[in-house]
Amino acid sequence: MKRRDFLKLSGLTGSTLLVPGFLKAFEGQLAKFTGKRLVIVQLSGGNDGLNTLIPFTNDTYYKLRPKLGITQDKTLKINDLAGFNPAMDGFRRLYDDGLMSIFNAVGYPNPDRSHFRSMDIWHTASNSDEYLNTGWLGRLLDANCPGSENAWHALEVDDTLSLAMKGQFKSGFAVKDPQRLKQITSDPFLAEIEKNGSASEATGELSFLYKTLAQTTSSAAYIAEKASIKTNSSVYPQHELGNSLKQIASLIAAGMESGIYYTSISGFDTHVRQQESQNRLLGVVSDSIYAFTKDLREANALNDTLVIVFSEFGRRVKQNASNGTDHGTANNLYVIGGGLKKAGMQNNLVSLTDLDNGDLKHTLDFRKVYATLLNKGIGFGHEQVLGRNFELMDFI
Amino acid sequence: MTEAQKIAHLHRRAGFGLNIRESANGQVKEHVDKILGANKTYNALFLPGEEKVTTGELLSMDKKERKEILQDLAANIKRLNLEWIKEMGKAEGQLREKMALFWHGHFAVRVRGYSQVEQYINTIRKYALANFGELLMAVSKEPAMLKFLNNQQNRKNSPNENFAREVMELFTLGRGNYTENDIKESARAFTGWNFNDEDEFELRTNQHDYGVKTVFGKTGNWTGEDVIKMILERKETALFVTRKIYKFLVNENIDEQRVTKLANLFYEAKYDIPTLLREIFQSDWFYEEKNVGSLIKSPIELIVGLNRTFGISYSNSQPLLAVQRVLGQTLFFPPNVAGWAGGRNWIDNSTLLTRLSLPKKLADADQLDYVVKNNMDDENPNESAKPNPKFRLECNMNWELFSKKFENTPEDQQWQALQQHLLASKNPLKLPEALSIRLKGKALQERIKLMSIYITRTPEYQLA
Repeated sequence: MKRRDFLKLSGLTGSTLLVPGFLKAFEGQLAKFTGKRLVIVQLSGGNDGLNTLIPFTNDTYYKLRPKLGITQDKTLKINDLAGFNPAMDGFRRLYDDGLMSIFNAVGYPNPDRSHFRSMDIWHTASNSDEYLNTGWLGRLLDANCPGSENAWHALEVDDTLSLAMKGQFKSGFAVKDPQRLKQITSDPFLAEIEKNGSASEATGELSFLYKTLAQTTSSAAYIAEKASIKTNSSVYPQHELGNSLKQIASLIAAGMESGIYYTSISGFDTHVRQQESQNRLLGVVSDSIYAFTKDLREANALNDTLVIVFSEFGRRVKQNASNGTDHGTANNLYVIGGGLKKAGMQNNLVSLTDLDNGDLKHTLDFRKVYATLLNKGIGFGHEQVLGRNFELMDFI
Repeated sequence: MTEAQKIAHLHRRAGFGLNIRESANGQVKEHVDKILGANKTYNALFLPGEEKVTTGELLSMDKKERKEILQDLAANIKRLNLEWIKEMGKAEGQLREKMALFWHGHFAVRVRGYSQVEQYINTIRKYALANFGELLMAVSKEPAMLKFLNNQQNRKNSPNENFAREVMELFTLGRGNYTENDIKESARAFTGWNFNDEDEFELRTNQHDYGVKTVFGKTGNWTGEDVIKMILERKETALFVTRKIYKFLVNENIDEQRVTKLANLFYEAKYDIPTLLREIFQSDWFYEEKNVGSLIKSPIELIVGLNRTFGISYSNSQPLLAVQRVLGQTLFFPPNVAGWAGGRNWIDNSTLLTRLSLPKKLADADQLDYVVKNNMDDENPNESAKPNPKFRLECNMNWELFSKKFENTPEDQQWQALQQHLLASKNPLKLPEALSIRLKGKALQERIKLMSIYITRTPEYQLA
């Protein structure tokens, strides 16, 4: 590809062409950080929504889950119909404080029960018979930050980057440990490459590679610097998710101008002896997010931040023979933050009797939530990102 | 471009680059003949010493035994992955493996049954250089394909359209060249396409819809085979497949006129794959500057290329599975039925740094220090991402043999010569000062090693 074509495709035109050297070409075009943030927390493996938010008045629930059902006295009640898993006191408190919106029966038409395929659908926001190779947040970068070379505008706390964060022209930035990454990118070898390579004459794919490398080293330095400014006061669970959210909280407190943060926790594929492992994980999720909101409040950032908690699918209503549950469909989704216009339950609990072959039926398309988060949460039109128009909701 | 550079380009595209024992001597034409000729033979890929376990045998086992066997079989898919990587590293017959990699991404399936994976990939490899029509028919009847695209649920009176849709949308015609009705009606023609306990294709006659169907405006008692034949009769299929091959072998930026010409040739040749490939490799435009070094190597091309160039032998190649995953391409685990997106999609900050560190890790036989998100085993995504001692690469690069190639090159020309040997990119690298100091007083083998590791760690080396 000719350099001109590449620039055109990247949405860069006009005067930037006159600036010599590709590294300089993009200076001064940083996308404006709106001051609003989304923090996505992914529960990998298919979290069992029915044992997360327990419909304790529903006889069908106890009938289909004779061993696995969580009894009414153990649930942390939030209203007359539902209560949280006993390990989720942090979530109950967030709910009571008006900092949480709960969405029930969230899913998509023709659900896929394969982990990787369903996760793909959530990441790309595609229909279930449609295959996209860009993620919804990656397309947000493509559409709204065309001139920006700062990959850290969307940051994933992990060693590798999720599909959700990959765009056609721009992608987010993956970093697990900012200081370690800084160390790796400070290897004099990389500086040598940039100095002695053919970056200045490079076109097409080679130019793209050098550009990515330059972004990586500069972003790594920026992130490491931000990460070293603030330490937060909250106590987080000793767990990867706790560490990740702690990291994100300190970056936000340090004034990092990033609008998207992504992190995940795995282990929710509870086919066997679910109770023990799920309760432990939900405790980590709940405590971590609770600590995170405390830190954000201290940093005066809670009102500008929305935390989204989702999983690729829920599980079947009926427990299986191994005291676990198998892959299912619709699930609940949580949005947590200080700026909610309508906190609390957003829709009815999922029906346990109107089933599709033993599986829950979705009543809310997850892309409606995405659309609302994009439009009202961070102020970007969602049609360009999601490829079509979705009706907006009123929780923010 | 010199003849040797053209030959090197040809081998990077028609294979995974010259093997340590091969040379770029001679004429391009001879190499094209050799490449196409060497691929006449086909040998199945298999795991030595493993007996095949069929679906029927699995079903007859008790639960515990079945679970154990299934775990072994999941491990076998990974072993087969490494076997294939090894096969790709061999000196001869690379065009078959290269095209099989292409078809694996084109007819992308992802299933858990080991014997089905083995059977599927061997069908792909067997027909990789045959006739596209035969390949399409054979792979459509593979249990892995029928299972992955839910054709077992495609029955008379309750059709499942998944397979019919993907055949048209992703394998042959492409979007816009068929109607929803064509899909509905073809799905009926594919009803009953299933397989037996021996993993052999079988038409379940009691599930097949023998009624009249109208596909592409033609009405008849069409069978699945008829539909595939009708798809092949349409020129759009030739264009769709040629375009994709062009992007894989020549350039991601399509020259429309050229692709149309090639597609016509492919169609006239009744979808004979070698005819199309020969035309590409023999054309002058294939060696034009804009088509050289214009592709970003896929992770498999990068790994196999290093293996071939430096004659790497492994006593433990297991970590290559982790490398594939971190870089975003694991054989037998494509992301979905649309295959790997390729091109710039391979690159983000994390994959780029991993690519730039890989040659050094191999040279040092080092521990891989990144953890891998486990999304590979659909049955067990919980086996969480912890650093694993298995990630220690145990391998040897054959520096002795490799450096022999440069024993007659004067010291002050070795840097240049190595770049020509290793890089597709025409932009020359400057010899870094720090490296030049390290080279002082070193013997040939050490000099070549230090320079090669540097060159293979550059962005330039990511290009093919």
